[in-house]
Parts: sequence; C-alpha cells; structure tokens
Amino acid sequence: MRYLPLTQPDRDAMLGVIGVATIDDLFVDVPEAARLDGPIHGLPMHASEMAVERHMSALARKNLTAGQGPFFLGCGAYKHHVPASVDHLIQRGEFLTAYTPYQPEIAQGTLQMLFEFQTQVARLLGTDVANASMYDGSTACWEAIGMARRITKRGKAILSSGLHPHYVSVAKTMAKFTGDALETSAPTLSADTDLDALIAAIDKDTSCVVVQYPDILGRIADLKPLADACHAQKALLIAVVTEPVALGAIKSPGEMDADIVVGEGQSLGVGLQFGGPYVGLFGCKEKYVRQMPGRLCGETLDADGRRGFVLTLSTREQHIRREKATSNICTNSGLCALAFSVHMTLLGEAGLRQLAAINHAGAVAAAERLAQVPGVELVTPTFFNEFTLKLSQEARPVVRTLADRGILAGVSLGRLYPGVGALANGLVVAVTETTSAEDVEALASALQEILA
Amino acid sequence: MSINASGWRPEAPISVGKTSSTTTGNKALMLEEALIFEIGDTTTTGVDFDQAPPLQGRGWGGAVPQNATADSRRGPTPNPSPEGEGLKDSRLGTLARTAPIGLPGLSEPETVRHYTRLSRQNYGIDLGFFPLGSCTMKHNPRLNEKMARLPGFADIHPLQPVDTVQGALGVINELANWLITLTGMYGVAMTPKAGAHGELCGMLCIKAALEARGEGHRKVVLVPESAHGTNPATAAFAGYTVEDIPATAEGRVDTAALLARLGPDVAAVMITNPNTCGLFERDMKVISDAVHAAGGFVYCDGANFNAIVGRVRPGDLGIDAMHINLHKTFSTPHGGGGPGSGPVVLSEALAPFGPLPFTARMADGHLQLIEEETAGDEHPHSFGRMCAFHGQMGMFTRALTYILSHGADGLRQVAEDAVLNANYILRSLDTTLEAPFGTSGPCMHEALFSDNGLAEGFSTIDVAKGLIDEGFHPMTMYFPLVVHGAMLIEPTETESKAALDQFIVALRSVAERAKAGDVSLKSAPHFAPRSRLDETLAARKPVLVWKDPDLAQAAE
Repeated sequence: MRYLPLTQPDRDAMLGVIGVATIDDLFVDVPEAARLDGPIHGLPMHASEMAVERHMSALARKNLTAGQGPFFLGCGAYKHHVPASVDHLIQRGEFLTAYTPYQPEIAQGTLQMLFEFQTQVARLLGTDVANASMYDGSTACWEAIGMARRITKRGKAILSSGLHPHYVSVAKTMAKFTGDALETSAPTLSADTDLDALIAAIDKDTSCVVVQYPDILGRIADLKPLADACHAQKALLIAVVTEPVALGAIKSPGEMDADIVVGEGQSLGVGLQFGGPYVGLFGCKEKYVRQMPGRLCGETLDADGRRGFVLTLSTREQHIRREKATSNICTNSGLCALAFSVHMTLLGEAGLRQLAAINHAGAVAAAERLAQVPGVELVTPTFFNEFTLKLSQEARPVVRTLADRGILAGVSLGRLYPGVGALANGLVVAVTETTSAEDVEALASALQEILA
Repeated sequence: MSINASGWRPEAPISVGKTSSTTTGNKALMLEEALIFEIGDTTTTGVDFDQAPPLQGRGWGGAVPQNATADSRRGPTPNPSPEGEGLKDSRLGTLARTAPIGLPGLSEPETVRHYTRLSRQNYGIDLGFFPLGSCTMKHNPRLNEKMARLPGFADIHPLQPVDTVQGALGVINELANWLITLTGMYGVAMTPKAGAHGELCGMLCIKAALEARGEGHRKVVLVPESAHGTNPATAAFAGYTVEDIPATAEGRVDTAALLARLGPDVAAVMITNPNTCGLFERDMKVISDAVHAAGGFVYCDGANFNAIVGRVRPGDLGIDAMHINLHKTFSTPHGGGGPGSGPVVLSEALAPFGPLPFTARMADGHLQLIEEETAGDEHPHSFGRMCAFHGQMGMFTRALTYILSHGADGLRQVAEDAVLNANYILRSLDTTLEAPFGTSGPCMHEALFSDNGLAEGFSTIDVAKGLIDEGFHPMTMYFPLVVHGAMLIEPTETESKAALDQFIVALRSVAERAKAGDVSLKSAPHFAPRSRLDETLAARKPVLVWKDPDLAQAAE
C-alpha cells in the first residue's frame, strides 16, 4: 500500500523489539467480543491511484459546474476568479501539512500570515482587531451573539429579517441550548429593509441586533442609525458580511460603528466547493477583545530580541480554561485564511476596489436588462453585486427549468424559505466579474421564454 | 595554480569559526521576510482585470485609487469623475465607500516570493517527523488534493438545484456509508466543521433525546480528567455541569468511580477511546451498558480512531455518538490549523435527533440526504442546523479519496502499523524516559512519557525545544494533564522504521542532556528561524494587528 512505508521484515523486527509475537498481541485490551478478525465485510479493498481517480472523476462529472454556463448564484457563496498563484501557494507543503502553530519557533510562516490576515480583515471590516478566523460565516455569526451575551449579560438577540436563513437556523439551534431568546422574522419582498422595526424593537434586555450587510436580498442600508439606537440601550450591533468584495465599494460596518463585524470570507481565494470549507471572519472593537472567541495571533519578541509571532490570549480558550472557556472552538480555518490573505495581497486596495467596481457595474447592467423582461420586476433599488427579482410566477420551478437548459439562474427564495408563500416568486441573482454580458443575455432571453 | 584559464579551481571550505551576522539578516536559505504592510502599498495590484470600471456617474464614490502614497493607512482618496453622458449610475445609494481601507498590494512575483519565504519558516509533515500526540499528523496524499480540485467538486454552488449536484451528494452518501460501516453505527451527521463542532453536535443530540423523553432534568456530564479540553468546554456550552472522573494508577478511567456516580441526574459520559494516555479503555462496553441502564448516553471522543479503524467498531462498544476527525484518521490536511471536519456517527437512539442536512439509512437500506423542507416528514426530531450549507465538502472528497485508496484491508493495516510504531517508540525509550503507564499493557497509537527524572529546573519544554534543533517537530507537551510534564508521542503509520530509529536516537540524546542538566537546552532552539518567543509579553500587551510605526507611537 503506497502510503505505508513499513515492510514485513520491518514489522517483524519491531515486534521483536517490543517483545510480542504478533500484531494481535498489541490489541489484547480490546474485549474479545469487539475484535474484528479481518477487513470489515462488504467494503471494497484497496485501490490504485488510477482506479480511485477514475471513480472520483465519474462522481464529479455528474455535477453541473458553475463554469459550464451562465451562473448567477450567490446568497452567501460567490463565484469569483481566483488567481492561479493562490492555489499554488496554499499547496506548499509547509503550509498545507503544518499543524496549529503551537511551537512558534518553527511556525513563523503560519503565524506571520495569520497576523497579516488579522490586519487585513480588521481593516476591511472597519474593526480595531480581528481573530485568526472561524469555521465559516454562519458559525462566526452565532459566536458573535454568544459574545454579546457575555459582554452585556443580557439574553435577547434581535435578528434582522435580512439575515441569511441558514445563519438564522444556526443561531436558533444554538440558542435552544444556551437559553438565549431570539427575535426573528422572514424578509418581505420589498425595497425596504427592516432597520426601522429593528430600532423600535431594541430594549434594555437586548444583548445585540444582528444585521446582514448587504442583506440576503442584496439590499444595503446605512447602519449608523441602528448602531446609535443599539448603543443608546447599551446593546451591541453585530453586522454580518457574506460578500467581502462589497466592502471594496461600500462603507465598512465598522465605519458605521458596528461593535462586532463577522463575515464569510469565501469570496476571496477559497472558491465555491459546494459550501465548505469556508472561512469565517471575525472582528470587533478593541475593548471587547478578551471576550472574543477563536484563536488570536499576536506580535512579540524572541529571546534574541527579534520580532516574532505567537498564538496569544489563550487563557480564553478551551485547552486552558476547559469548562470555563469562552467557546469550545479548537481550530480555525487556517488554510482558507491563507487563501483569503494571499488573494487579498494580490489584489491590494487598488485591485479590490477595481474588482468591486466591476462587480457592481455588471450587476447594475444585469439588473436593468433583466427588469426589461416582461414578468420580471426589480425589487431592490440599492445593491452591490446581488439583487432580487420578483417573477410573475413561482421562482423555484423556473430555476429548475433553466438548469435543464444549462443556466444556473440564481437562488430562488423558495429554496431558502420553503413554505413562505409571499417569497415564492423571489429570485436572488448574483453577478460577479466572472459573469459576461452574454451570460446575462442568455438568462434574460430564457426567462422571457419561460415567463411568457 | 588554476585548472583552466578562467581561474577556477576546486575549493575546500575554510573553517573560520563562528560566522558573523550578515548585512541583510538573511542566512543563505534562511530568509527573513517583512510584513506585507512594510513592503506593499495600496496602489500596487498583482491582478489584471479585463474591464475598466464602467461606473463613473452619480453616486459613485470613486473606484480606482488615484494618488495613493506608500503609507497604506492614508491610502487612496476618492476622485469621483464628473457625471458623464451614457454612464450608468451606481446603485450604492449613499453608501459608496469614501474612506481608504489600508490594504497593501504586491505584484504577483512579490506575492509568490513573500508566501514562499514565509512557508519556509514552517515545519510540516512533508518536511519531517511530526509526532504530535492526539493530532495524528500522517502523510497527506496529493491525490486527495487533486480530486478535491476537480471542477465537478470545487466549482459547484451549495444552493444549486439538487439534480445538478448528484455527484456531490453521491460523495457525501458514499463517505457516510463508509463511516457508518467502519464504526458499526446507525447514522451520521456530516456537517460539523471540526472535532469540537462534532462534540457539540453529539452533545446536542443527547440533549434533544433526553428532552424528547421528558428527562431534560439530567444536568450532569461526567468527563474523565484525562479528556481533551474541548470535552468539558462542549458540555458546559450545551448547558451541562461537568464533573471529573478520576483516572486509575494504570491510566484508564476509574470504572468503579464512574459507575458509582451514575444516577438520575447524569445525562451522559464523554470518554475518549483509545484514551489520551494512549490506552484502550478495556471497560468501555461495561461502562456503556451501565450508563444506558442508568438512563444516560455515551459520547466517545473519536480523535484517536486511527488506532482502531478496521479493527474495532465503536458501535460494538455501546457508543451512542462519536465524532471522527477527517483531518486525523482520514488524512485531510491540517493546513496550519484547519479547516477540519468532524462528522458524528450516531446510534439508533440518537440518529433521529441529528442535525440538518442529515444522511441516514432508510428502511430499504439506501442512504438519503434530508434538508429542511423534507425534515418534517423524514426527520421531524432533528435539533436543527449547525452551519450553513452541507458541511466541509472539500474535506469529504479528500477523505473519500483516501478511504478508497486504502480500502477495508488497507485501513485495518493503518491501525496496525500506527499501533506498532507507537509501541516501538514506547519500548525503545522507556529506559530513557519514565513511561508512567508503561506497565499498563501495550499502548495504542501514541506513547506517553513524563518529565520525571530530568534534572532540577528542566522540564518537557526543554526536551521539546531540543528536538526542534535535531530537526523534528516536538511531541504534544503537558497533555494529558494527569501526567506531570507529559510528552505524548504519536508517530502514525506513515513513518518508516528508519525515521523512527532516527527520532529515537535523537530523543534519547536530548533526554540524556536534560537529565544531565545541560544548560544549552534551556535556550534551545538554537537553529530555528526564531529562538524562544516571549508569550507573556504577547499576552500582557496584545499587538493583534499591524499599525504604522508613526501612528502606533502617537497613540502611546
């Protein structure tokens, strides 16, 4: 077997050193009834590299890929072009096959990268600090709610109707077990966000308000009045960004005084990957840093006075605090954070802003073109690279029909909110730098046929 | 005298004693690398775009930096163009960005060099032996990487219509089938994002199951004191009170103490098997039966599944829930700290409560993926969703590739070779270092030593740093907590005998130095990119983001 270096003579010699006769002698502590006497029945035996490749390739071919045709899906996962050098660099064995940097003298590569990542993320989100990443945006969002509870010592979180429904579901799951009360609602298919309703709902029991920016329908709204309203009641504002490229074109939540900003970093460097692994972004105001979950990398000096980096503030973490830890999190999303950071370094500010401009311009053109199709109405007057259309019929079957024609038309709100009739005709369409004018035209003419 | 006209002649190196420092601070292949904030600027980009930004009209806050300086904090200032005929207006409302961000860019060659240089300051499995106990740092096959990057897996969106992603669901189902079969369990929750997330999943299943039968009053979770820190943290997060169960002198759970503590207030026990002392819990089945009889559930931390895969099925030991770290047993890369993946196999009693989306065996034997909209009919008791989308798909493709490569026979050999390698290390070093449980029977996948017998003032960290100088990644230090100065060594099955022999020689030598009180060990490592780092300073005055030196000084 190609991954096992021991030869049979090696094994025999080692058993001799150990002082036992057979390998079975090393498993004597397993109760006899639980010992398996051979390979588990009904499973295939080992296979060559070529055979495995053939099997996996056959499975891969059964999927319709984003690159095969016009593609307009978003809602928390976006198709962007990732420069080739990103994937090359993250496959360097010293990054790919390293562990968590618990031995900092021989992990400065990972640590310096994390320090750079933390700085890039903090600047992008507009926060003072950021951590070394979370599992993904949805879990980062939940952790932010938990953090707000620890800071405010209050147990009621108000979730905007514009928050991604999967993120809401995750928060609901966790809240069931921590006793937090969550106020949630489904969005309405309209131009208006629920900011006024959120402001009205804040009271002295509110730990935080969670608002997505741009929201699940693509809408963007000024968060400053909401932040002010939160702070007037000593509650925190948590902003959720699922499309970080947007912050190249619009104000950051931190600029609008959000206390905690979390996000999904998948857009930069990571790729679609059917939903994971992704990379959660987590930033906050400096005064809350000791309540922050997750790993943190900090600058320090070595014994010879040279700058170096270490994991720090670990007294918040489970391996030190055990049941008193701020979170049970034991890992970050290191390699995806690296991909994010490399892509961001390649872009730089100039590139990010140009990328954002291209995304926005493409989305504006697409929205205007699609709104000309009879039976299609643009719901969202302001947006970044994702907008919502209201079709004259239920969107989900339309998406299905378009997929048969090789067009992946967007995310129907019926998929995200099954059973919510008022949303059934909604279609969320994302446009990025990978979308061509021909793609938009193909979608527009196909929609026109189907809706006629 | 020259050999040819160029003046070339073969040279032998001349020893000049200790070399002095260099002008650059670099030392041949050991290259220092500054931060991107020190070498980049906000006007540089390493990406070319094929379109100019077409939006210049009303409401557009300025797209491309025009006058950025090298100081990335000041960055570009917006330079909105006058409204132009035929140019589209932005749809950003009043929210167009006006403030600079402060993100430095590098050209592509500089970027490649920056990260390549950083990578060389890292130790990885590709470079050498990485015996970090309980972490299972085995070889990461590149076939896994290649398969995960097939466009059919890498370039599909999680919300595409289900009939356009049948191959992806096929991967999930096929891997789920392997995990269920290898563990002898009933169902599997595939979405947990890492081991600790899997622990949470398992404990939430237990909590939901208890509440469903009206026993939500059970509030105590028993955790052996040798457990990973995530176990008590997880139980506490799920709202439980954690009580420690002591270990016996031989390094196993004190079965008598555990059984004595069972009662109507106990929700579950969380046990790691093989345990963190590297030993198989002989009484696991006895404990499970007793816990079940007392109305509780058994959670098994599956971090150490590599020791028993293909030889023992946890389902046969009465386990109700166990997470499987795909990044340990099934070779997906650790990536410098994630992403992980922690599917949780569940017993028949817990499977109905598993999270969405969920893969379960249907009555006719086939496996099905259940999402929210069908959950009401097919999976009505699910405790809900743990993360967006379908979990760590990119890890599923890698793990399945690995599993198919090994097959049922190869996986069994994996466990055998892992256990053989660990016992070889244990017996080769137990005369040099104290093995506190060396008489408790064979170890499983990892060998545990203590710092007893080192000279006064010397501890495990000195041995670890000495090993760095010898070219190895150190073992896990000071864990498990039940052993003083623990050194937990997990070689895995992907090390050759020659690699083990070299490590044994090195560790013997370093341990003898520590026993003899060799003070040079106190300042090790001497040959790494950095000497020991001041962790106290880092925690006392946290510097978590880079600030321009002038601004940082102004703030003080």
